[in-house]
Amino acid sequence: MNISSILFYAISALILGAGILAVTSVKIFRAAIWLLFSLVGIAALYFWMQVEFIAAIQIVVYVGGIVVLIIFSIFLTQNSGKEMVKPAIGKVIFSALAALLGTAFVYNLIVHYEGFKYISAKPFNSNVEEIGTQMLSTTSYGFILPFEAVSMLLLAAMVGCIVIAMRPNNEVETNTINKTENN
Amino acid sequence: MNMQEIPLTQILFVSTALFFIGMYGLFTRRNLITMLMSIELMLNSVNINFIAFNKYLFPDKLDGLFFTLFIITIAAAEAAVAIAIIINLYRSHNSIDVEDATEMKY
Amino acid sequence: MSNYFYILWIPLLPLATFVILGLFGRKYLSAIAGLLGTASLFSSTVLSFVAANQYFFVDGKVNGVFQKIVAFKFTWLEFSPNVSIDLGMIIDPISVMMLVVVTSVSLMVHVFSLGYMKGEERFATYYAFLSLFTFSMLGLILSSNIFQVYMFWELVGVSSFLLISYYFNKPSAVAASKKAFIVTRFADLGFLIGILILGFYGGTLDIGLLIERFTSVNSAQYISITGASFLGASMLTWGLTLLFIGGAGKSAMFPLHIWLPDAMEGPTPVSALIHAATMVVAGVYLVARMFPIFSMDEAALHIVTYVGAASALFAAVIACTQTDIKRVLAYSTMSQIGYMMFALGISKNGGEQGLGYMASMFHLFTHAFFKSLLFLGAGAVIHMVHSNEMKDMGGLRKLMPITHIAFLIACLAIAGIPPFAGFFSKEEILTAAFHENKIIYGIALFTAALTSFYMFRLYFNIFWSKEAPAANHAQADHGQEAHASHGEGPWVMKLPLLILAACAVGVGFVPFSQLVTSDGKALETHIDIVFSIAPVVLSVLAILLAARFYKNQNGRSDKMAAAFGGLYTAAYKKFYVDEVYIFITKKIVFPFIGQPIAWADRNIVDGFMLLLAKITAKISESIKGLQSGKVQNYALYFFGGVAALSILFIYIWK
Repeated sequence: MNISSILFYAISALILGAGILAVTSVKIFRAAIWLLFSLVGIAALYFWMQVEFIAAIQIVVYVGGIVVLIIFSIFLTQNSGKEMVKPAIGKVIFSALAALLGTAFVYNLIVHYEGFKYISAKPFNSNVEEIGTQMLSTTSYGFILPFEAVSMLLLAAMVGCIVIAMRPNNEVETNTINKTENN
Repeated sequence: MNMQEIPLTQILFVSTALFFIGMYGLFTRRNLITMLMSIELMLNSVNINFIAFNKYLFPDKLDGLFFTLFIITIAAAEAAVAIAIIINLYRSHNSIDVEDATEMKY
Repeated sequence: MSNYFYILWIPLLPLATFVILGLFGRKYLSAIAGLLGTASLFSSTVLSFVAANQYFFVDGKVNGVFQKIVAFKFTWLEFSPNVSIDLGMIIDPISVMMLVVVTSVSLMVHVFSLGYMKGEERFATYYAFLSLFTFSMLGLILSSNIFQVYMFWELVGVSSFLLISYYFNKPSAVAASKKAFIVTRFADLGFLIGILILGFYGGTLDIGLLIERFTSVNSAQYISITGASFLGASMLTWGLTLLFIGGAGKSAMFPLHIWLPDAMEGPTPVSALIHAATMVVAGVYLVARMFPIFSMDEAALHIVTYVGAASALFAAVIACTQTDIKRVLAYSTMSQIGYMMFALGISKNGGEQGLGYMASMFHLFTHAFFKSLLFLGAGAVIHMVHSNEMKDMGGLRKLMPITHIAFLIACLAIAGIPPFAGFFSKEEILTAAFHENKIIYGIALFTAALTSFYMFRLYFNIFWSKEAPAANHAQADHGQEAHASHGEGPWVMKLPLLILAACAVGVGFVPFSQLVTSDGKALETHIDIVFSIAPVVLSVLAILLAARFYKNQNGRSDKMAAAFGGLYTAAYKKFYVDEVYIFITKKIVFPFIGQPIAWADRNIVDGFMLLLAKITAKISESIKGLQSGKVQNYALYFFGGVAALSILFIYIWK
């Protein structure tokens, strides 16, 4: 029972506890903050697993981007102080049962799977230099193509967001302007 | 160094539990933004899975790591688009309760 | 295949005319429609005369026996290697004779209609229908497969329907055409069942093969069909009787005769063609075509004989009382066809005993000419007087000389006065009857006397009894037009009358017994002067009686009618046969058969379908709540499905 195990259990407790609170909290802002804690916990788990790069990315993108985005949208769409509507009790019980049964089912499969008992002895080299070389290489194990594809995706997502969230007034104004110009 | 003490299955337990917590939130929550938060939890559980498998079973390759990277990227894009949709929905329905958007009813 | 292949053109030319006039006639060709129809039929007539010449006088005979030649055969629909519906053309004495008859009479009618139907708006349609009818009749005559006969049978029925209801604005014409079609269709049910029975036991639908199989007592088919029996009669009797029922419907034998008088609603040339000379003899033709099989079965022949004789007498009695000239002629037709039927019925197959067959065909031949002449003459009279009733006519002999002479010749022919054509053919029938069955002979003799009586009653009433409804009557109707010959019609209406009158005189001298007999061999016949005195004397007496009553207008005919009292009324009302039919259909068939079936159809059959639909609707109503529009519910269903599938695949179905 060395320190790393204790650390692992602590981090897991944080992740799961914050997650449960995020999905059951009745105040929306609190839920967002519990989500934030959960994500930070996951970053800590990555640090513990010695993939620091991913941990950093997690904090920068998830915590610093997505959670902030969520908080902005909470501000934009409703009063954040009010309490949210509680769901019907039947639905709560049913979903809780579904979740518990699902967990049990999948964990049962995992525990009985033979392949997870074997642990490879090779060292895990995950420094940034290695990551960068592999991501942009075109030979085997190179990820240049997904990299480019993801950039296109990001572009499309950006444009899409703007178009979807645009105020409809602009379109009406341009249409009327066009009509008057044509007449 | 920590691989002997913490077997793979325990990390997988964490990710599984996180996944189903997210699923519970998806089924239960009525607010669209909290549903989005639950989805983010589910995506993160998958990330933990990938990293764990990569580290424990295939340490000479970095595939899992890259997948995780891409999933984070795509999750970010998806969250942005989802927020845009929520804002659009808020404008037409003046509420972001998922039970108020039932136009696809029979 | 032989050198008779050109006969195929004889029916095809009218068919082409029908198609062309039917599609383009009304709009583009109405001016020349009549000429086109007549021209195409003229070619068919010429071809049929050439064929007759070739068959009868050049090469039809082999060793003194006229052959049945199958000139053309095309397998159309094959049910099994043995049973198939072929389209074929059979050339034998009766079919060649009928070719000549049908085409010549049709040609005369075409020419007559050029004048009679002039000015009609649907002139081209009329000629199209006439061509359709001619094609169907010719096809019927030439058919070598009994199902092909049935097809053309129905086509003839359709053409008759179209032509009777030509004046479709008259409700009586429409009702008459429906009656004709329904009655003949009802009889055709029997015909079809008869075909099926014969086809089933004979193993084929080809006429030649059927005759071959059923006429030899030792063949397997004959044994099986006479062995099987149903309600006491062998299947052969049933098959032939049902076949005869179909023929009786088309030939207006009692009790399926009710359509023929009403069919006179059609234009008179149509009556001349269809309901006098050609379509109504189709039943006789059918029995003659299947005669070798009929002659194997006594019971069927008895039925044919008695039905024919009864119809002949029945119709003759009714014809004595009718006042519409076309109705008189219709009943006269029914009577003469009765003659042909019973002549076939008393005949045997082959040699001397085949006299009845030959006599029947001879009578068919001569009857076609003088009956169509009678109808065309009546048409000329109706064209002038604009009415069908005898009371509007009288003394027309001065106004219509040519029609008068032609009509007189035809009446003399039908009365059986030598040397006109009817004498020879009736003579043969009476001879055959005398030798076979004295009762039938007695009926035939009495009916012959009645025939002369009512025909001359008709003649005197039209041309003699009163003074002419003066010439000013005709001119008053047609004001300014000073047609010198309007009274009688243009020359196109007189020419056919003259030609047919010449035929009515000369056709008796055709050596028919050398050409058309039951087995193809020539039959020696001679005129027995002593024997033929009796019918001639009776006919002359009847003519004189009719002259006494009807030549001048006097009260003797009315006193005679009063003397007969109830019989006269019954005959005038056509023995109430129509009323019986109406009673049966309205009181029995409709409420007890028609209405229950209709109720079952509406409620049970339709109800079942509606029930299926209602059940489907109910089910869909109950499960449509699943599509609630709520995304979370959909997610729950999704999860449920995945869980179920995964448990299924992992634990249960390894």
